[in-house]
Amino acid sequence: MTVESHSVSARFLKLWLPLGVSLLFALFPFYWMAITSLKSNQELYNRKIMPLIVHNPTLKHYVDLISDTGFLQWTWNTFIVAVVSTAISLLFGAMLAYPLARIRFAGAALVSFAIAATYLVPQPLLFVPLADIINSLDLGDTLTSVILTYPTLLVPFCAWLLLGYFRTVPSELEDAARIDGASRLQTLIKIVLPLCGPGFISAGIFAFTLAQNEFLYALIFLTKSDVRTVPVGAIAELVKGDVFYWGQLMAAALLGSIPVAIIYSFFVEHYVAGLTAGSVKG
Amino acid sequence: MTAPSLAPALPYRRPAFSLGRWLERPDVFSWLMVLPPILFLAALVGYPFFYGIWLSLMNRPVASEGTFVGLANYVAAWHDPTFWQVVVNTFVYTLVATILKMVGGLGLALVMNQDFRFKNLTRALLLLPFIVPTVLSTIAWQWILDPAFSVINWTLIATGLIDPPGPSWLGNPYLAMLSLIVVNTWRGLPFYAITLLAGLQTISPELYEAATIDGASTWDRFRHVTLPLMKPVIFIVTMFSVIFTFADFQLIYVLTHGGPANATQVFATYAFDVAMNGGQFGQGAAIALTMVPPLALLILAMAIYLRPSKS
Repeated sequence: MTVESHSVSARFLKLWLPLGVSLLFALFPFYWMAITSLKSNQELYNRKIMPLIVHNPTLKHYVDLISDTGFLQWTWNTFIVAVVSTAISLLFGAMLAYPLARIRFAGAALVSFAIAATYLVPQPLLFVPLADIINSLDLGDTLTSVILTYPTLLVPFCAWLLLGYFRTVPSELEDAARIDGASRLQTLIKIVLPLCGPGFISAGIFAFTLAQNEFLYALIFLTKSDVRTVPVGAIAELVKGDVFYWGQLMAAALLGSIPVAIIYSFFVEHYVAGLTAGSVKG
Repeated sequence: MTAPSLAPALPYRRPAFSLGRWLERPDVFSWLMVLPPILFLAALVGYPFFYGIWLSLMNRPVASEGTFVGLANYVAAWHDPTFWQVVVNTFVYTLVATILKMVGGLGLALVMNQDFRFKNLTRALLLLPFIVPTVLSTIAWQWILDPAFSVINWTLIATGLIDPPGPSWLGNPYLAMLSLIVVNTWRGLPFYAITLLAGLQTISPELYEAATIDGASTWDRFRHVTLPLMKPVIFIVTMFSVIFTFADFQLIYVLTHGGPANATQVFATYAFDVAMNGGQFGQGAAIALTMVPPLALLILAMAIYLRPSKS
C-alpha cells in the first residue's frame, strides 16, 4: 500500500506535474487568443471584469474582420503563395537530392556544400539587397516576389530531407529497372518516386508551414492590401498608429493559425519525422 | 618487321553519337538535374549575398544612385553607440534564450520519454507553438503583456501578490528583454523537446540496464550514458537554433519594434530600421553583414564545446 502510493506520487512528480505545467505554458496563449476574439469591446476593456473566461460571447470581431478588412484576400494570398512555393521547393529539392543520393558524379561535394551554405544563411542577411533587386525587377507588390524568394528558404531543407528518403530505396530495384532498359529518368519517376511518398509529404508539410510563417520578405515586398499575406495584413492594417484592434487581431490570429493546425494534425507523424530527420539521422 | 597479329583485325566502328546514351552518363544526367535548382539558388541567394557586400560599400539612399564610399558604413557603425547596444542585446537574447530552450527542451524530452497514455496527442499539442505562424502567436503574447490589460498583471493583482497597476512588461527595458526571451523560449522549446526526444529514443535500453547493474545512479546514467550519446543531436539542434535566434526578426519587430529606446534592438531589427524606415540601403546592408563574424564565432565555439568526443 505504501509502496503503491509512493510510486503514484513519484509518477505525479516525475511525469504529470512537469507535463501539466508544460502544456499550460504551451497552450495558454491559444486559449487567450480564442476567448479574446469572442469578447465584446466593453468586456475586453473593462478591468473590473474577471478576464479568464468569456461572459457574453459574440462573433462581432469575426464579422468585422471579414467584412471590413481584406482578411479573406490575405488568406487566399497566403494559401497560394505557400502552395506554389512548396511545389517549387519539392521539385527543386528532389532534383538536387536524387543525384546526390544515388550517383557518383564530378562536383557532388560542391553541390552538397552549396545546399548546406544556403541552409545556414538567415533571411536578415539578404533582405536589403533582395529589396533592391525586387524593386529593380519591378516585382514589388506582386505575389511573384514572395513566390520566387520563399523557395530559397525551403529548397535546402527539402533537398536534405529527400536525400535521406532516396537513400532508403534499395538500389537493387533501380539496377533491375536499368537492366530492363529503363533510362535514369524513367527509373526515378516510375520506381523511386512512388516509394518516397512519405518523404514528399514530410518535406511538403514542413515547407508549407515555413512558407505560412514567413514575415520579413512579405513585409518588405508586399505593401498593398490586396497582395498581403495574413501576418503582414494583420500587423499593417489591424494596428493603426497606437490603436490596436485587439478583438479583430485575435480573430485574425486564430483564423490564420487554423489552416496550419488542421494540416499539421492530419500529418503530425510526418511532420515530426521531417523535424527530427535532419538532426537525428544527419 | 611487323608484329604478328593475334587476331584478325575487326574494323572498329565508333558507335554513332546517341543523345539518349549521352544523357545516361552519370555526370551529364546529374548536372542536368542539379543545374536548374543550383542556378535558382545562385540567382536568389548567392547573387544577393555578394550584391549585399557591394551595397554595404556604397552610400545608397533608397531610389537614388549610389556612390562608392569604401568601408565608411562599417566605420560609422563602429562609432554608433546604438550599434554596440545592438551587439550586446543580440548576444544576451541569443545566449539566454538558447540556454533556456536547451535545458528546458532536454528536461521535457526526458519527461516525455516515459510511457504514458495519450503520448502522441501530448506531443502534438506541445508542438503547436512551433508550427503556428510566429507573428500570429506573438500578437497573442503582445496582448498577454499589454500595459493596461495584461492578464499576468490581473492575476498577480487578484491574488494579492502585487499592487496595481503592476509592471509594464514591454515598457521597461529589462522586462522587455525578459519578455522577448520568454516568448522566444515558448516558441522554440518544443522544437528542442521533440527533436531531443527522437534522439533519446534511439538510445538502447540495454545501455541503461548495464549501467544500473554496475551500480550507476539516475544522475550517473544521465551524465555518462544519455549526455555523451545525445551530444551530436544537441549540437545540430542548437546550431540551427542559435543561427535563427541570433538573426531573429519577426518576434522582436511585433512585440517591441526594438524599443523602448533601443533596449531590445537586435541586428535584424536595426538593419531593417536603417534600411527600410531610414532609407539608407548601404548602411542597412553593412549592419546586416556585421552579423556574420559574431555568428561564425558562436558556431565555432559551440562546435568546440559540443564536439562529439571520440571515446
